[in-house]
Amino acid sequence: MPAGNAGAVALPFPDAPTLSELFAASPRDAGWAGLLALQLRPGPLLWVQERMAILEGGRVHPAGLGRHADGLIHVEARDARAALWAMEEGLRCQALSAVVGELWGDPAALDFTATRRLAVAAERHGVAAYLIRLGGHANLSGARQRWRVGSAPSAVHPFDGRAPGPPRWDAELFRARGRAPGHWIAGEGWVAGDDGSADLLPVAAEPPGGALGQEQRRLA
Amino acid sequence: MFTLEAQHGQLIHAATEAAVERGARIGGRLTDARALDPALAAVAADVAGDAAWLRGLAGWAGRWSPLVEVDGADGLRLDVTGVAHLFGGERRLLADMAERVATLGFSNRAAIAPTAGAAWALARYGGEAVTVGERQVAAALAPLPVAALRLDARATHTLVRLGLKQVGDLAGVPRKALARRFREADHPLDALDRALGRKAEPLTAVTQDPPPRALVAMKEPVVHPEAGTQALTLLVPRLVAELERRKLGVRELLLLGYRVDGSVAEARAATSIPTREPKHLARLLSDKAASLDPEFGFDAFALQAGWWERLDAAQDALVGEPSGEAELARLVDRLSVKLGPDKVRRPAPRESHLPERASGWVAAVASLSSRPSTTALGLRPGRARPNRLLDRPEAIAVIYATPEGLPRRFVWRRQVHDIARAQGPERIAPEWWRERSTARLRDYYKVEDTAGCRFWIFRQGLVGDGRGGAPDWFVHGLFG
Repeated sequence: MPAGNAGAVALPFPDAPTLSELFAASPRDAGWAGLLALQLRPGPLLWVQERMAILEGGRVHPAGLGRHADGLIHVEARDARAALWAMEEGLRCQALSAVVGELWGDPAALDFTATRRLAVAAERHGVAAYLIRLGGHANLSGARQRWRVGSAPSAVHPFDGRAPGPPRWDAELFRARGRAPGHWIAGEGWVAGDDGSADLLPVAAEPPGGALGQEQRRLA
Repeated sequence: MFTLEAQHGQLIHAATEAAVERGARIGGRLTDARALDPALAAVAADVAGDAAWLRGLAGWAGRWSPLVEVDGADGLRLDVTGVAHLFGGERRLLADMAERVATLGFSNRAAIAPTAGAAWALARYGGEAVTVGERQVAAALAPLPVAALRLDARATHTLVRLGLKQVGDLAGVPRKALARRFREADHPLDALDRALGRKAEPLTAVTQDPPPRALVAMKEPVVHPEAGTQALTLLVPRLVAELERRKLGVRELLLLGYRVDGSVAEARAATSIPTREPKHLARLLSDKAASLDPEFGFDAFALQAGWWERLDAAQDALVGEPSGEAELARLVDRLSVKLGPDKVRRPAPRESHLPERASGWVAAVASLSSRPSTTALGLRPGRARPNRLLDRPEAIAVIYATPEGLPRRFVWRRQVHDIARAQGPERIAPEWWRERSTARLRDYYKVEDTAGCRFWIFRQGLVGDGRGGAPDWFVHGLFG
């Protein structure tokens, strides 16, 4: 375990499988994908992309996904309705570790009922669901956690000062059930699990972001 | 009357009964027939169209038997072994065929016999419609003309000249005497032996392994849109029972709806692993079954395996909970049926250095069992690869560049990005054994703009490489 992570904590993603919504800071910023790849548990993965999301944000590239490329099933959906159907169908399959769905803009099919259905299906069958919104607005949603994720200037490269180093992300939790919202600059780091093993997770130095979030909440 | 263009004028290809009565002779000249009765109407025959239609009819005849062959220009041959009891016996089956083909508006003759040769002869030259056993076949064939043996014109002519006008006459002649007179290819003895079943008929399609199939015939044609779904619920348990008995699992499933007008509606679904789980099969086809168009009405449905594999009796798990692999396969099947097999895919990396070629995809239905290898060139560790790849690289406009040639500021999709940090180049040469000689090499850079967004950009070509003008820059991927 690298020593540099002392005091760092994992980002407060939900412990139990449920629906989380991630808003990309900009459709051409794939920062959320790096953060999500660290957060996902190993195992078969269903990745649903709407056609428009592929055109705007690029197609999933297995070579850049590392360990998740092995069990990946990629679905190209015609529109948001088909994408939501494929996600819900995937959530009923307990052999999957997670379902990721990317939607472009604010489609009419994505209303409160649709997100609520996804959240209920994810919780009932124990499959984590991540709804990615590219270029969308944070309207009404049944997601248990709502994040806004973008890239942040990367950490210093250990050997080459002019090269991009390990990635860092600007992650804002702006709505969550049962916990305070917060704002973090996160990087990748090792975090000890309950059983003594260490997992590579998105981590942040808790004090500035989390405390600030609580402060803002108290003021509001 | 239909006519064909021949070398010396028009020949009569086919004629109605009324025309035959007034002197038209099939195979004769149109001018001869017109001389007898100038009122005869002639239409040019469409031989290719007839053949295509007959092929279509052969598909429709699948309602009676899975093994149907087009026989010559005007016949169909069905292997009805073990089929007749489904229709209440051979005679009922024949009556059903005659009635349904007549409904389509065609005169027809049909016969059932133990051999293909005998059935051909009896259908065309009349006689007993249903025959069983060699003795009965011989008795039925005996009064028919020798042409019924399906020999070529010369052999038939020789037999007639010898005074052997009926099939029965051949039995009276010593075999040795007959054997000497004819050449091997069109031997009347062979034809007789084939018709009587003493010799195997090589044309008869005998498959040891007919496709698993379940059939339901309606009393009345149905036009109700629910008919497909109802037939499916009826057929699935029957097909599953047959699959269980034969220890098979389907990979491709077809629901065929036979319409009264002789056309066939089809719904098709593929599965990624062999299965005979009734609930799953019914669910795969239920949407498509409901959307089958009855047009003038369905009068039969068949559920058939298009592709099947061996599947031994297996128990998924002790508590009836399906295993992960099987559950994933079912998910892939459902998604593929609804969205199309080419939309549900798995990564299948190829041995290539070009990123867009290395990250190949295959339909998940086809390759669920084969795990992709992570050791392919593109996936080796130590290479920085973006986790998003644009389907086609997008050109960027370089506003100004460093002395080494790397852009400092570029425009992509009408937005300006200032490069803060860059790493590279990684040079990827074109695959000269596949591409044209003008293909240019690529120098890939991983760059980060001032906001922290990371891109994978490349320069195509070098200055002065003799393969075009100034090199262009492209964005190819996004790093997370």
